[in-house]
Amino acid sequence: MKDAPLLSLRDLSISYRGPSGRLPTVRSVDLDVRPGEIVALVGESGSGKSTIAHAVTGLLPPGARVDGGAITFGGLDLARLPERAFRQVRGARIGFVPQDPGVALNPVQRIGAQVAEALVVHGLAGRRTARGEAVALLDRAGLPDPAVRARQYPHELSGGMRQRVLIAMAIAARPDLIVADEPTSALDPTVQKVILDHFTRLAAESGTAVLLITHDLGVAADRAHRTAVMARGELAETGPTARVLTDPRAPATRDLLAATLVPDSPPKPPPASGGAPLLVAEGLVKEFRLGKAPVRAVDEVGFEIRRGETLALVGESGSGKSTTARLVLRLSEPQAGRIVLDGEDVTRHRGERLRLLRRRVQLIHQNPASSFDPRLSVLDVVTEPLRAFGIGDRAARAERARELLEQVALPASALRRRPAELSGGQNQRVAIARALAVSPELIVCDEPVSALDVSVRARVLDLLAALQEETGVAYLFITHDLAVVKRIAHRVAVMRTGRIVETGTAQAVFDDPRHEHTRALLAAIPGARLDRTPDPTHR
Amino acid sequence: MRLYVLHRMGQAAVVLWAAYTVSFLILVLLPGDAIAALTGAGGAAASVSPERLAELRREYGVDKPVLVQYGTHLADAVRGDFGASFATGRPVGSLIAEALPQTLTLTLTALALALVLGAGVALAATYGSRPWLRQLLLSLPPLVGSVPAFWVGLMLIQFLSFRFRIFPAFGDDGWRGLVLPALTLAVPTAAIVAQVLARSLTTALAEPYVRTARAKGAGPVRVHLRHALRNASLPALTVAGLLVGGLLANSVLVETVFSRNGLGRVIVAAVTAQDVPVVQGVVVLSAAVFVVVNLIVDLLSPLVDPRIVLTGTGGRT
Repeated sequence: MKDAPLLSLRDLSISYRGPSGRLPTVRSVDLDVRPGEIVALVGESGSGKSTIAHAVTGLLPPGARVDGGAITFGGLDLARLPERAFRQVRGARIGFVPQDPGVALNPVQRIGAQVAEALVVHGLAGRRTARGEAVALLDRAGLPDPAVRARQYPHELSGGMRQRVLIAMAIAARPDLIVADEPTSALDPTVQKVILDHFTRLAAESGTAVLLITHDLGVAADRAHRTAVMARGELAETGPTARVLTDPRAPATRDLLAATLVPDSPPKPPPASGGAPLLVAEGLVKEFRLGKAPVRAVDEVGFEIRRGETLALVGESGSGKSTTARLVLRLSEPQAGRIVLDGEDVTRHRGERLRLLRRRVQLIHQNPASSFDPRLSVLDVVTEPLRAFGIGDRAARAERARELLEQVALPASALRRRPAELSGGQNQRVAIARALAVSPELIVCDEPVSALDVSVRARVLDLLAALQEETGVAYLFITHDLAVVKRIAHRVAVMRTGRIVETGTAQAVFDDPRHEHTRALLAAIPGARLDRTPDPTHR
Repeated sequence: MRLYVLHRMGQAAVVLWAAYTVSFLILVLLPGDAIAALTGAGGAAASVSPERLAELRREYGVDKPVLVQYGTHLADAVRGDFGASFATGRPVGSLIAEALPQTLTLTLTALALALVLGAGVALAATYGSRPWLRQLLLSLPPLVGSVPAFWVGLMLIQFLSFRFRIFPAFGDDGWRGLVLPALTLAVPTAAIVAQVLARSLTTALAEPYVRTARAKGAGPVRVHLRHALRNASLPALTVAGLLVGGLLANSVLVETVFSRNGLGRVIVAAVTAQDVPVVQGVVVLSAAVFVVVNLIVDLLSPLVDPRIVLTGTGGRT
């Protein structure tokens, strides 16, 4: 069955105004989306896929310009449609699901009013009927207690709930096409799965076509009928999802696949170390006061880490894994339990002894750029721990910085740059170099690769593994992503609502999960059918 | 919420006490003597006999040790009695009550004008996409803000009343007399409000929720007023609260330039004559106005932004 395309991009080129002339971001892209079809547009950040999403919805930022080509949709050329006319299309015939549910909703307006607005601006509901319709839409989007939620504000909802609100807005006017820009990338895999399931079912029921922008080939594999791969502003390859993933023709597709697929070989085992473990946590408890009732964020948590070993602490957001990390780092005080480092109880250390503990236990953040002082150069950032501990003189520290940069595979010329001039992956390498500067025995890695592109992610994980082999450092690796765990962890502890529900070697946890929550986490990894076709019932 | 208000009332009491004490200290430390100033003696030239001066000092209680004076005055002030003016002998309370309506009308009109003008300029500057208009409007507030208020007043008088005779230059008869002084007082405040609001509007318009609103098909007016303005208004509201103090201070100048009766003239006269009770009455009143206005601003802020929670310890998070 060959329908006429609903949306078709022909020879589309878009450029941004840059400091020295215009920067081409999208170059002669051809792409069709037929009615009722889900097309995934896949690529790394900077490949131009989000620019296409913005062009199709007429939301290109100032400074961006369509240089050539056409965007045909229902007889209109969207590339040349005046703003006033575009307003009749946006929201009414093309719905948009934005990226980050954390910031995509107006924080000072009630949920119901924001959903109702999608109807009111197109005259699809009056002031009185809009309220009830908004509740019905929230219900369709799968939000529990929609009538209650409609009266709440965005900050009172979880990330998953907010994403459902955004979906309710996108489907409000029953559009022919929904452009979804990384709709679930900011969510936990389990939440992501439930929401994508619901979203694709809604689209199928109403015959709405979906242009799904994602950096995750796994998501594309699970959801899309056809997949288009973007690289450096050009369309590298397009075809049925099954064909693109099993028989990739463009090098860009092969690179993406290689980075996404979990390697067959598990990480090298840690050196057999006799004697006491490096770190022992016992019966850790942390409670927060939330209103009147105390909430146990960490509930009797205990584990061991040996030298040169990686323990992954896995769980959804809110499971208490980051709080546990803060306790281990002694950035926050436990109400009960002990932390023993190399045979020494460090739970009650304070003052100078606590400061000296930082030489032995270091931290790598999820978002490296925000953990740097933007005015410092990379040299200053990397040598900061050395200066704090008074290690070496100026020349020795600069020498050490060069060494560290070499270890993390950055050119020495990067020392004079500022964090803002580096990419996300490069910044994470700088953060790793900074953590290594004082030769710690343990590094707590808090979601260190979650903000990175898949290919960059793979390279940073490989780097962490190589550094571990070289220096014998141990990692406490906090993540919600089981695919990452498989690549790096020796042992895994699965957390849920403040408790560790399952511990074991990575092999055992993946091959034979005991706890139902572990099984749910495993099932939620996107791309389970990377080698299969999308479910035919989707059509 | 009730706890929060109680806590803030406690803070207010401390602020008022501090204002009273500091003003008392300054007046005590100033060289010269109110009684001498009152009798026109001004030091050596004795037009009044020393016996008469001593008598007057006893009468007004300024012969007692400073701490005793402070104690009795403070106790009276807590009961709302600020004593009688040295210069006129009239109770401070009624003196202020007489001048207050004039100044209140002036400052409230100026505040309203400042908010309307400031918000207007900020909205116009951030609306639409004509860069030259935007640049022009955005360069207005710093320009106006850097010009002294009395100069603005003199210019307004020069053009609007001498040259074109639209509004009277002096006096306090009716609303026509109010226009020029209120405008003079409002312009510098409006400049600051415009600057703060324009900046936060620009930030708000770049937020992802604005893109979400546009994706729904909302037009620019709707995006500006319904989405950006409310998110952007909190900093401007906070600044406006702080600017009320400046309005009171500037009203002294403006009332002088436009020869209006009001609190400004009262305080200028009182300071010149070292009329301690009157000065203290006005200082405590200004402090009270400042504290109350800022309490109102803080109570309003959770209505503007629901994420703000007023806590019992007087903070907002």
